[in-house]
Amino acid sequence: MDLSAIRSRLASSEGRLYWRSLGELADTPQFREYLHREFPEQASQWNDPQGRRQFLKLMSASLALAGVGACTKQPIEKIVPYVRQPEEVVPGRPLFFATAIPFNGVAAPVLIESHEGRPTKVEGNPQHSASMGSTDAFTQASILTLYDPDRAKTLLYRGEVRGWGDFLTAVKNALADQKAKQGAGLRFLSETITSPSVGEQITLIQQQYPQAKWHQWDPVGRHGGRAVAQQAAGFAADPIYHFDKADIVVTLDADFFACGPASVRYARDFAARRREGVDAEGEGAAAKPMNRLYAIESTPSLTGAKADHRLPLRASEIEAAARALSGQGGGGSFSNAAAQKFLDVVVKDLQAHRGASLVIAGEYQPAAVHQLAHALNQSLGNVGTTVTYVPTSEVQPIDQLASLGDLAQALDAGQVDLLVVLGANPVFTAPADFKFGERIVKAKLAVAHTLFADETSTLCHWNVPEAHPLESWGDARAYDGTVTVMQPLIAPLYDGRTMAEVLSAFIDSQSGKSPHDLTKDYWTRAYGGQVAGWSITDPTGQTFKSPDSFWNHVLHDGWVPGTRGAEAGGRGMEAGKPAGSTASATAGGVAPTPTSNTQPPTSAPATAASGGLEIIFRPDPTIWDGRFANNGWLQELPKPLTKVTWDPTAWVSARLAQERNLREGDIIELTFRGNTAKLPVVIQPGHPEGAVTAFFGYGRGLTGRVGQAPEEVSREFNVYRLRTSDAMWFGSGLEISRTGQRYLVSRTQEHHLMEDRAPVRDANIEAFRKDPEVFAKYPFAEKPPRSLTLIPDWEFPTYKWGMTIDLTACTGCSTCIVACVSENNIPVVGKQQVANGREMHWIRVDHYYDGDPENANSISTFHQPVPCMQCENAPCELVCPVGATVHSAEGLNDMVYNRCVGTRYCSNNCPYKVRRFNFFLFQDWTTPSLEPLRNPDVTVRSRGVMEKCTYCVQRINYARIDAKRTDRKIKDGEVVPACAGACPADAIVFGDLNDPESRVSKLKKLERNYGVLEELNTRPRTTYLALLRNPHPELETPRGAASTHD
Amino acid sequence: MSQIFHHSTNIWSKVSILGALVFIGTLATVVVVISWSGYVTGQGVVVDQPVQFSHAHHVGSMGIDCRYCHTTVEESAFANIPPTKTCMNCHSQIWTNAPILEPVRASFRENRPLQWNRVHDLPDFVYFNHSIHVAKGVGCATCHGQVDRMPLMLQENSLQMRWCLECHRNPERFIRPRDQVFNMAYQRPADDPGLGERLKNEYKIADARQLTSCSTCHR
Repeated sequence: MDLSAIRSRLASSEGRLYWRSLGELADTPQFREYLHREFPEQASQWNDPQGRRQFLKLMSASLALAGVGACTKQPIEKIVPYVRQPEEVVPGRPLFFATAIPFNGVAAPVLIESHEGRPTKVEGNPQHSASMGSTDAFTQASILTLYDPDRAKTLLYRGEVRGWGDFLTAVKNALADQKAKQGAGLRFLSETITSPSVGEQITLIQQQYPQAKWHQWDPVGRHGGRAVAQQAAGFAADPIYHFDKADIVVTLDADFFACGPASVRYARDFAARRREGVDAEGEGAAAKPMNRLYAIESTPSLTGAKADHRLPLRASEIEAAARALSGQGGGGSFSNAAAQKFLDVVVKDLQAHRGASLVIAGEYQPAAVHQLAHALNQSLGNVGTTVTYVPTSEVQPIDQLASLGDLAQALDAGQVDLLVVLGANPVFTAPADFKFGERIVKAKLAVAHTLFADETSTLCHWNVPEAHPLESWGDARAYDGTVTVMQPLIAPLYDGRTMAEVLSAFIDSQSGKSPHDLTKDYWTRAYGGQVAGWSITDPTGQTFKSPDSFWNHVLHDGWVPGTRGAEAGGRGMEAGKPAGSTASATAGGVAPTPTSNTQPPTSAPATAASGGLEIIFRPDPTIWDGRFANNGWLQELPKPLTKVTWDPTAWVSARLAQERNLREGDIIELTFRGNTAKLPVVIQPGHPEGAVTAFFGYGRGLTGRVGQAPEEVSREFNVYRLRTSDAMWFGSGLEISRTGQRYLVSRTQEHHLMEDRAPVRDANIEAFRKDPEVFAKYPFAEKPPRSLTLIPDWEFPTYKWGMTIDLTACTGCSTCIVACVSENNIPVVGKQQVANGREMHWIRVDHYYDGDPENANSISTFHQPVPCMQCENAPCELVCPVGATVHSAEGLNDMVYNRCVGTRYCSNNCPYKVRRFNFFLFQDWTTPSLEPLRNPDVTVRSRGVMEKCTYCVQRINYARIDAKRTDRKIKDGEVVPACAGACPADAIVFGDLNDPESRVSKLKKLERNYGVLEELNTRPRTTYLALLRNPHPELETPRGAASTHD
Repeated sequence: MSQIFHHSTNIWSKVSILGALVFIGTLATVVVVISWSGYVTGQGVVVDQPVQFSHAHHVGSMGIDCRYCHTTVEESAFANIPPTKTCMNCHSQIWTNAPILEPVRASFRENRPLQWNRVHDLPDFVYFNHSIHVAKGVGCATCHGQVDRMPLMLQENSLQMRWCLECHRNPERFIRPRDQVFNMAYQRPADDPGLGERLKNEYKIADARQLTSCSTCHR
């Protein structure tokens, strides 16, 4: 990397300089190739070593065969009607069912689109407080896991196929011994559980076998915050943050946009509050003051990217920062020179907004930071307004690290006769020092209940396939406690069993009951007041007419009324002192609470020289802790910030890369506490110095065909090997060394570039208030006169569809991409094809930086989702020789697959680079289990055809036909494209521009509305609402990268 | 320098150019004729079915309305092939032992669906919607022909795009009053030439530009 070229480029520029990658800043040849060629050079060639002669042979053969191929007649198709048609089913009209998909145990409430009994698409449940109609990317992609052909399919005993009856007998035999021992050798291990009915099952098992133990383990869980929340609230509690009431938000390494059970709701609340601060509602009304987000973080995150001010610190310094915020700073110094001033301003701002501010500690920080955050909220009067506590949704809020450690010891001691692993994969995910793979085999009999054959199940005697949530009866609670009763959308495709079903084998009174009966029994009793803790009334406060009407109501709505946790303010907590603990605070720092992540106290600033590097662990942004490794949609989803697909990376700062002579794609060996792993390097602007971020989840030893580490080297990418129980999220003493190996990292960051054409526009709120026209002064903002075209103006008398994308709201989470993939049958192309620039996503999220890559403080980050602009003067239409892309009467830029011959002229002529060409047969046409996944309302495209965003024309047509049948107009909000529906921040708004009252028309009238490349007279229908930030006047850095560069 | 080509080459070259043109023309004609023929389009071809169901008998003789079986034609894209239960509504009472109905009874008994062969099969990239056509006054017989006279079901029209476009360009020539949609024998009154135009306005039928937009049918 040529840092000197970057320096001179930055020095010579004035004002904002939006750049995507260091390659762009340094203007490298690779970058220029991506810029000037529609696809990079190797994309126009075969990957396989084919000679010219062979190529000609193939070409002539295919030409000859093409003529013959065109002669095929359509095969006779079958119509298979029902024998007895269910009353509700109207073939051709989808039904929607409410259920929940648990993620890390917590319910993501959803509506599932079902076509004649096959679920095809996940939507959020608009009635549910945790969803408000949207979802996250994982939930969107879970439908692919349902149909995954690699799922565990049959019940196995030591690799041999067995029946459910055999399993029940084996359990009965094993339990016969346990009865005498009161279950002393009986151990269960699950992930976090919020299901009340499973909770009751656990109690029943513990009544029968008092010595039996229940362990829980989630590699990404509330390791730091759980115990502290309990202390702060006075009961086992989950904190709930109210972003709608918070004017100032300070995060301490908290990534609330991307992680945690409430991230969808929080993103919505935060964005809504932010919009209130930008746009005046109604004529003449003034906007509220804009909220302000300070992010103090140890590694770049989506929350930091959205923040008005971002302070990169080492992970070990976050506690000192929290201390400084609480006025216990002690004048310590930070590795980041800007820290002290930053923290002073934050303190001032917090004091000025008492009761309307919010301090959030991240789950990646130890208990001490959580205590400080809670104490800060308490002393600022935020508890009860912006922070409340609800009784935890977890059935057993225990310290999971201690719990797993317990189990490891018991295994070692040979105390475990029967181990039942429910959904967890500890052999892969447990801290390295637990050596779980060596210990689990010491269990005399082990049962693994998993969705895929994995590292754990292969070491267990019995493998019971798990039913997917969409095949299951069950229940789960959302972040605020609201219960969703889960209903299956389809009978189990394979021999899958729910967790309740497996547990019922251990409970005498429940043996032989179906999952439906187990769930319904529990809730009928809960409704009847026979289960402690529930008082259920319908939403109007009345009691339901009968248990059945209650049951139907609950299944229909997707949530159980009256189960939301009662919110309470917390009790007082002295800053820095762990309430309820005997440990006392000393000048040296906070003694770790027994349940906390035992991070060494670090109130003194970490000394970079002595400790070497710091390692920061994070779950992978798309495949999470590894559980989505076999999900192609998530694998191919460009990871927010880096835009890397298919692989994990280690993030380093530009300076560290320079020091260690690292280039992007170099494989480094990380050595931490005697363990080693390897990772390819990515240089991440904004990364704190002296630290390396490593993402765990990859390097799977055993899962499906998609997720299994494909090469020898990528098996070394298992970062769990480095993670130890005393350094769950970070630790110092990391050493890195170059291995000399290079690795292909498929990164879309430099794909579909738009050069320096100001696609993103941003301003500070003050500047915008002073000059609302500021966004019209950008380059390429000039709107040519409407007469400047040879083509006569079209009239759009009926509807005129348009879209706005609010960059102030967008968090860059990329859920829209997965929603689009799911709705529009978009194929997965694979790592190599992504590297060739052939990814098929119809909507992409572009990612720009501004600032000096050598100065982490100066980096600002911008996200921009880019679907088709549906230009009124579309450049693509003029160049198509076969009329395969033409305008519709409603102004859509139609793509007609059956006419397309694949010249790719349109794509070449598209200034927004939103057209995608199906180079090979990317779509999987042969795997039978993937057929029911597809949306029947969208053509499944074959090879050689151009495709692109259609504004979800299938949904428009559906609504138009419904409206026209009853001679009415389509209502505003009746058509919601997949991306807009899924967006947690509600950033994408779609509607009819002919209707002045529609939401999108009103948004388009805002001053911050602009079209990208309007200068070209394309008249894009998709426009953007410019990004506004609200920096503190004392911290505001001068605009532009050059001036911040020293 | 002597001539390379003999004088007669002129004739040969003219003949071969002409011949090539004629050959290409003939070939093109043959291709077009074949692609328009019932062999390719399926027009007029009777498709074998598991049960020899006669529309002529059920619709023509018994007078059963289309919607008794094709229940969803007014609300969905798909007109619904009736479940076995619909057949058994009557055939559990009449013709209970007819050998021809054994597959129907077997289906009902064993809860195994009948598998009909599709007669009207549009290409997979075409999204036809029955409900909107019925609502806008396109009669069943306009596309399906007079099924009440078909002992065995066959495809009356070519279902090629140019056939669709005839109506999408000029709907007034084909639509009928809504109350006549399910009337198999409906004839336009000869003394009312303005009827189509009137109905088009009354039913708020979209203009040809909307009806011939690609995404109206393809997506």
